[in-house]
Amino acid sequence: MTDSHYLAAFIAVSALATFATRVVPFLFFQRHTDHPLVIHLGRFLPAAVMALLATVFLQRSADWQMPLPGADAMVSGLLVVCIHLWRRNALLSIAVGTATYMAFQQM
Amino acid sequence: MNNTAFRLTLPILFGYLPLGTAFGVLFTTQLDHAWWIAPFMGLVIYAGAGQILAVSLLAANAGLLEVAVAMFVLNARHLFYGLSLLGQFRGAGWRKAYLIFGLTDETYSLLTSRPRGRDRVHEQHVDFRITAFNQLYWLIGCTAGALLGRMVAFNSAGIEFALVALFIVLTIEQYKSLGDSFPLWAGAAAAGLAILAVPQPHQLIAAIAVVTAVLLIHYLWHRSRTKPEASSNDG
Repeated sequence: MTDSHYLAAFIAVSALATFATRVVPFLFFQRHTDHPLVIHLGRFLPAAVMALLATVFLQRSADWQMPLPGADAMVSGLLVVCIHLWRRNALLSIAVGTATYMAFQQM
Repeated sequence: MNNTAFRLTLPILFGYLPLGTAFGVLFTTQLDHAWWIAPFMGLVIYAGAGQILAVSLLAANAGLLEVAVAMFVLNARHLFYGLSLLGQFRGAGWRKAYLIFGLTDETYSLLTSRPRGRDRVHEQHVDFRITAFNQLYWLIGCTAGALLGRMVAFNSAGIEFALVALFIVLTIEQYKSLGDSFPLWAGAAAAGLAILAVPQPHQLIAAIAVVTAVLLIHYLWHRSRTKPEASSNDG
């Protein structure tokens, strides 16, 4: 496979796999929209999954070999939390956290 | 009406521009493809974490089956997003396909937390505009990042933290709209368990399975506490 064929196939596969995760509930659960379990999951799952993703990716971006293990990601992540609770401005929180983490990485 | 959708999506604009830019910069600094491939991926794949993962898969020349599995698993959380929107999207006609395609984490959190009126067709039009605005921001970010990565010799090490920061911000926003911290603790604990017990490639799906099971138990416990006769769902 040439480079551009591989790239095209890669993008097609990624697009289909991503769309599949989004369309499956609409194909298979259309009749159960008012089931209390569906309502329950729909209400609580998003918050749980966000916390889950934040935790997993925070752990992955941390350098556990530093003198203070994980400090790069933990300090940056804590800054995001504090600044977001303080100003509730997503851009500001993300920019400060990312800049702090980049400073740690490039030190 | 356009104004309502635009105002609602402003926080996403501020999330997607830097994140899309981060993706674009990553793409052009780490890979040797034409810059426009970055926004093209934003157009047809349209998944923040997925596209950032795609950069490392492309760099590793990963097999297509591995790519399919990795993208599906990374985005498996979307399987559940649709569940809470089934009723809301019903009867949306041709718009429905795009509403489903564009169901990213951020669009989902916006569509499920915004106030809604009684006119479902009107609300679906607003949902459609919200989805389109969000993808537009994402495309602008991807394009800007791809061009920036090409033009400037710029040390981008660590820029991928934008993804983590975005998830933290979204967690806080979810908590503010829900007013209940239980799912946050459940999600974080499930993630911790998966990190300790499962090899990295399977951590996301394992944590999602665990937290879904916890919420099932939470549901059964809730139901046994409220009388079965009292049919109204107090959540």
